[in-house]
Amino acid sequence: MAENNKPAPAAGGSRANTKKELPEHFKAYKHVWVAVEIEHGQVHSVSFELLGEGRKLADKRGVELAAVVMGDDRASLDAAAAACFEYGADCVYLAQDPALKHYRNETSTKVLTDIVNTYKPEILLLGATNLGRDLAGSVATTLQTGLTADCTELAIDDEGSLAATRPTFGGSLLCTIFTLNFRPQMATVRPRVLAMPEREEGRTGKIVEFDPKLVEDDVITKVLDFIADRDTDKANLPYADIVVAGGLGLGSVENFQLVKELAEVLGAEYGGSRPLVQKGWITSDRQIGQTGKTIRPKLYIAAGISGAIQHRVGVEGADLIVAINTDPHAPIFEFAHLGIVADAVTLLPALTDAFAARLRVNRLAS
Amino acid sequence: MHIVVCIKQVPDSAQIRVHPVTNTIMRQGVPTIINPYDLFALEEALRLKDRFGATVTVLTMGPPTAAESLRKALTFGADRAVLLTDRYFAGSDTLATSYALSMALLKVAEEFGKPEIIFTGKQTIDGDTAQVGPGIAKRLDYNQLTYIARIIETDTQAGTIKVERRAEGGLQVLESKLPVLITMLEASNEMRRGSIENALIAARAEVVTWNAAAVGIEDLTKCGLRGSPTIVKKVFAPSARTDKAALVEVDGKAEAKAAALVEAIFAKAPGVEHDLLEHAAQHYV
Repeated sequence: MAENNKPAPAAGGSRANTKKELPEHFKAYKHVWVAVEIEHGQVHSVSFELLGEGRKLADKRGVELAAVVMGDDRASLDAAAAACFEYGADCVYLAQDPALKHYRNETSTKVLTDIVNTYKPEILLLGATNLGRDLAGSVATTLQTGLTADCTELAIDDEGSLAATRPTFGGSLLCTIFTLNFRPQMATVRPRVLAMPEREEGRTGKIVEFDPKLVEDDVITKVLDFIADRDTDKANLPYADIVVAGGLGLGSVENFQLVKELAEVLGAEYGGSRPLVQKGWITSDRQIGQTGKTIRPKLYIAAGISGAIQHRVGVEGADLIVAINTDPHAPIFEFAHLGIVADAVTLLPALTDAFAARLRVNRLAS
Repeated sequence: MHIVVCIKQVPDSAQIRVHPVTNTIMRQGVPTIINPYDLFALEEALRLKDRFGATVTVLTMGPPTAAESLRKALTFGADRAVLLTDRYFAGSDTLATSYALSMALLKVAEEFGKPEIIFTGKQTIDGDTAQVGPGIAKRLDYNQLTYIARIIETDTQAGTIKVERRAEGGLQVLESKLPVLITMLEASNEMRRGSIENALIAARAEVVTWNAAAVGIEDLTKCGLRGSPTIVKKVFAPSARTDKAALVEVDGKAEAKAAALVEAIFAKAPGVEHDLLEHAAQHYV
């Protein structure tokens, strides 16, 4: 009775390999959609990442790519729509209503569900953020369709269905999940799992206005306030250029300080593997991996991290992965680009000094 | 006030071992625990019980052995345990799971009173989908409050609740009306210790056990594999990359190794060196 990661059926068994004819009323469902995440007038980058991937899926299917933007302020909605076109959308469904000023499950679920039921997309993608997950779960349940969370790869199979791949069993294996007999096929993808697409300046498309017909008095949940994070120590791992992370190989929470010191010299963000959160060495907003943050830095240094698959899928997008581990057979050396077999506890301080010295020398020379 | 906490029994390991040859899961010997995220939900429910004298029911769907986790929840101070178990639920995805649980919750309401608050954890550590809570809320038409960092105020007279919800870049302060479904954020509280008194009660407590028929599920095609729109077609280990890490091999002290590693990093990523110099120029004048 697992959730989405239900056990694979026995070999050769059951309906997993059967492909039923898509019910007639679903055949009208066409086009690939991205539900765009807007908060405080700003589009979350994950929406553009999804448009980049959605463009590929739509091209493979020979259909259009559309974005759904919802909000209250016309100027920011128009700006969002323009950006969506430049990132690949052919069409934008635009829903403007005062009741959509802040994200609320109630209003956004209603409006997105109504637009889906009116214009019938075959694929609907959302960011696997708090907002996207909150919304996707409600919409999929309302539509009684399949939803695959936290995908690491999206593709179209030979029969034209969405093949959504995600880690399963705590990230030990990957599984490919289909929604064959229901529409739309829904999936969420976390920020930075997909590459940011090129922006094509001046590219435009058509805007379809959708009247949400919301009445604020009918909306039960009210937004009383928004307390912005003032804590500057809040991690911004997904969009950091350099990330240094530690794992259990560091041996103790005191030694984790060595990771922070290297990060400090590099102006980098720091983080850690899942066990460190469970041990209380780091807070969960600094967890890197399938259930933590997905990162895509230019440089990623992993110290004392063995490299379990659930960690791997969170860092694979890094341009350069550098592994420090005492065990030459640690899985991290399978996917790191550069490695050194060494004890992170002794190497990290030396590395911090070496970087500092190198940067100082070059500065004097320049 | 009646509160239901939905929990899940999960393997006590984020990293379930996989047989290297057959790619099958080696479940043997892996102990089970209450999904750690659910404990924040349970603790929050128990705090409301302390304050308002609420009755707390814990509910789980799972194999008969999941009764163990329910008893554990009783030792923390929950009042009643309900196990929903049936072979027809095997292979449920999130849609089928939320269907079965919502039917059980309707039965709970009928037998023990309608819950004003249903709690779940923000997600499980084995499925990691965070979809079942929202699914239950939608099916039962409860107001949905996910990723709740703090319950500010519960007014049982007025039937209102104020919460802080984790959002991008800050906390949303929301006011909603009971009944609500709340998914609690991790680290939002700290689980109490179970008492010996409760442990004794839990050991003897009857776990209310229902199957699909008992909760009024007549259409079994809505359950388990058959009731799941998602289909797992393929399970596989990620392919090993052919080009393994280039190893920096230097004998000697850490200083020599570190210097060689820095050179190797800059050789592979000249752009990073450039960025770092700019960073250094700004920060170490």
